[in-house]
Amino acid sequence: MRAVRLELNGVEVAAVAEGGETLLTLLRERLGDTSPKAGCLQGTCGACTVLLDGEPVLACLTLAELADGRRVTTVRGLADGPRLHPLQEAFMDGFAAQCGFCTPGMLVAAKALLDRDPNPTREQVIEAISGNVCRCTGYTPIVDAILEAARRMAGRRG
Amino acid sequence: MPLEVRSTPTLAEAASLLQAERAARFLAGGTLVVRAVNEGDVSFSTIVRTSDPAFTRLRTAGGRIELGAGVTMAQILASRELAFLHPAARSVGGPAVRTMATVGGNLFAPHPYGDFATALLALDARIRLASGFGAREVSLEELLRGRERTPRPLVASLSFERPADPAAFRFRKMTRTRPKGPAVLTIAAWLPLSGGRVSGARVAFGAMAATPIRARAVERALEGRPLSAEGVAVAVAAAAGEGDPPTDPIASAWYRQRVVGVILRRLLLGEP
Repeated sequence: MRAVRLELNGVEVAAVAEGGETLLTLLRERLGDTSPKAGCLQGTCGACTVLLDGEPVLACLTLAELADGRRVTTVRGLADGPRLHPLQEAFMDGFAAQCGFCTPGMLVAAKALLDRDPNPTREQVIEAISGNVCRCTGYTPIVDAILEAARRMAGRRG
Repeated sequence: MPLEVRSTPTLAEAASLLQAERAARFLAGGTLVVRAVNEGDVSFSTIVRTSDPAFTRLRTAGGRIELGAGVTMAQILASRELAFLHPAARSVGGPAVRTMATVGGNLFAPHPYGDFATALLALDARIRLASGFGAREVSLEELLRGRERTPRPLVASLSFERPADPAAFRFRKMTRTRPKGPAVLTIAAWLPLSGGRVSGARVAFGAMAATPIRARAVERALEGRPLSAEGVAVAVAAAAGEGDPPTDPIASAWYRQRVVGVILRRLLLGEP
């Protein structure tokens, strides 16, 4: 057992993790943030992608205690109160979510890309979500939505 | 069953713990070890890790490039000095995997993984092993041969000669899905030219045997030859005889043996 304190979407939180417990279990079962999804638990599907100190990681393969003292961003942290993030708006507008299971991981992976490169090429978008598996929506609307979000964000900055 | 996670300030202490306790596994990035935990692997009950700063250090200044075993694929991709290794690092997983996956861990990645290890094999990397009694060095080939032994060796760092001509290093990974997926096969080659002819080639194959291997017959066939269609013909013909490719859900042994020469020829001739 080990106490883990972390900043989750800007809020200081704490929970007790069992030895060997993953960050995904800590988030979903102890901290009540079920937005990262438990897909394959092998690091293959990307549905559990979260940002750890701003970098994308797989919560299912990260030990909870290694997140102690660090900053975790899940898809819940993307919206600003009632205002959705431009990525979320673009996903809605472009029908880039069908069943929605891969969507939290897709959005977080896309945010990691746009934080680093606000004006990505289509190839860079494809590369950025290459660790995220979608089995129903299809990748084309997802890639289009990420590019559309980048355009809208550039417009707001401009 | 809960696991005990023990953090050590130095690599030597981590090595001592691993030597003292058989049911312990060393954790670097977690993409192999935590996956094993999730899959119910009960062969270990203790996880050992280290906060040794040397473990994640990357030295690119000298004549030999030195990478701590805990250096991640993302760190490689952030280093302009290591641009020639970017295709190999980028071929490992997606961005989230690359934030986590380490160069040391890749040496232990089971078939069909180990693409970065294949690149390091072509660079003739030397491996520094940590132990409670001090460090020792082995070749990467030697490490790969004995990597399943218990207790598993603890890799502290690895090093290789800085390529005089980075363009002499080439890397290709064949996958069934784009832009990425597990390897049908991977080829890394170090092809220095002297007077337009290959001199001192090193060619490594990934996913063509239980571990990445050096393709010695291919290397011999390239020696003294130009990188032309005629010059590489013997080497290409020799490729199918290298290794003992496994059959798995990605490809059959039969297919790997037939396609390896095609990919090798494209790599050698610089064709897409």
